[in-house]
Amino acid sequence: MADAVKDKVKVSGAPDGSAPPVVLDPNREPIVVVDDLHIIYRVFGAGGKGNAASAFMRVLRRENRPTMKEVHAIRGMSFVAYKGDAIGVIGTNGSGKSTLLKAIAGLLPPQSGGVYTEGQPSLLGVNAALMNDLTGERNIVLGCLAMGMAPDEVKTKYDEIVKFAGLREGFIQLPMRAYSSGMGSRLRFAIAASKSHDVLLIDEALATGDAKFRRKSAAKINELRDEAGAVFLVAHQLDSIREMCNRVLWVDEGRLIMDDDPDTVVDAYTEANGK
Amino acid sequence: MNGNPPLAEFATRHGLKQSAARPPIGAYIRQLWQRRHFIWAFASAKNISMYTESRLGQVWQVLTPLLNAGVYYLIFGLLLNTSRNLPHNTFIPFLVTGVFVFTFTQRSVNSGAKSVGDNLSLIRALHFPRASLPLAYTIIELQQLLVSMGVLFVIVLAFGEPLTWRWLLLVPVLLMQLVFNVGISLALARIGAFNRDISQLLPFILRTWLYFSGIIYSLSALKKSPRLHEHPWIGHVLEANPGYIFPELMRYCLLDTYRGYVRTKLHEPTTHLWAYGAGWAVVMFVVGFWFFYRAEERYGRG
Repeated sequence: MADAVKDKVKVSGAPDGSAPPVVLDPNREPIVVVDDLHIIYRVFGAGGKGNAASAFMRVLRRENRPTMKEVHAIRGMSFVAYKGDAIGVIGTNGSGKSTLLKAIAGLLPPQSGGVYTEGQPSLLGVNAALMNDLTGERNIVLGCLAMGMAPDEVKTKYDEIVKFAGLREGFIQLPMRAYSSGMGSRLRFAIAASKSHDVLLIDEALATGDAKFRRKSAAKINELRDEAGAVFLVAHQLDSIREMCNRVLWVDEGRLIMDDDPDTVVDAYTEANGK
Repeated sequence: MNGNPPLAEFATRHGLKQSAARPPIGAYIRQLWQRRHFIWAFASAKNISMYTESRLGQVWQVLTPLLNAGVYYLIFGLLLNTSRNLPHNTFIPFLVTGVFVFTFTQRSVNSGAKSVGDNLSLIRALHFPRASLPLAYTIIELQQLLVSMGVLFVIVLAFGEPLTWRWLLLVPVLLMQLVFNVGISLALARIGAFNRDISQLLPFILRTWLYFSGIIYSLSALKKSPRLHEHPWIGHVLEANPGYIFPELMRYCLLDTYRGYVRTKLHEPTTHLWAYGAGWAVVMFVVGFWFFYRAEERYGRG
């Protein structure tokens, strides 16, 4: 069976056949299976001449709107993650790392192929649910409810979140648009990290703020990782990848280049990018 | 579609499930129910943040319907001095009731169509039943309507309408309309999510609907006109329009003069509209919910 998988992956992977074969480990329990995944999403409002006459001609010629672009972000990816894995995902900007996480979380539907998971993987982050016009207080409640907590749970977590964010006195009653960018990201991280998850997906640059808060949030991420069944971590800090992960995926142009232990992959990656 | 049977098979053998799969309808409704606090909090938050930029803030919630009513009074009451064959002093309350109630449906349709597209970043970041969004937007409109209703009561009483037990019937009318609006906004949420151009087209469709719905004229009175009397089926079709049913039912509850006029002067029945309204609410809700649910896993693609 492994041979069949290998053949298939080679066909669907990078054109030069560099995609690593999927090795199935019968002794460990899989928690995420990604099977020849393709993701295409649409972006509106990109470029295009903005005048009515040209738009009308396009309709007559039955052309697609140039302001709508389809992005083929993941082009055939397969791998298996097991319970207890902490998997780093590295790659240059725009290589498809964040899209991969969103696909694992089931937030972007696959064009073809599939993602199979145990439990519901979730992204660490609630930014999209928060509203800048509202006070920090209301945003904590809104963010927690958006992540699926019950109102009682929100009440018990509330003080913890405020304490972790460490905002200056009184700021919690101000609208979030009055916050400095550091304060805003601290509160956002504090809200996001208040919930534990089966499969945790962490995107880079979550742990922002001053040095003290970065240390604090790194410790919090470690804690969440221990609670979760498996963790995916996207980061540009190669040191933290080496330190925190037992396995690393190298992604480039939506394809899997390498899937191995951290030292091997990080070394190869640094070499390829001529650091 | 699946290029790699062995891996998919391996996954199912270990009991893993498609992460972007649509839950069965029962589980979906349960999830939606669990998110009721989020839906309410989201709606209230949007409602608050809508006015934060203005100095008067929430006062605009009352001012907007008041100004709307003022404009109608100015044009139809003072400039045109129209009564459209209605009894003395009934036309303005008749018109304002119709406009306020119709606006609830109109705005639900509009905001429902945008509810998925405007929240794409939220859809791509968090897991929740996507029907929460059109639901929350209908709740926003409901909160706005409740404020308008307060303004409406004052206007209706100011025009000398008596306060009767029939006013209590406005609760079931609003409930039926709410259920209908949720259904229609769910349906439009799916259409709007995949065809953004619909929101450019909607204002025209909705205005046409308004003119067909007997908001600025009385359909009951129109049915007595010689032309419609010849072709009674036209009247029956116009009467089955939900855009007419809910405002008209609300008028029967609040405007005793108008109700008496329709029943005794025009000799028109008023009770069958209740059955129509309930029918529309149930059918629209079931169809809209089912239609929206069928695309649940695809909303993230945009």
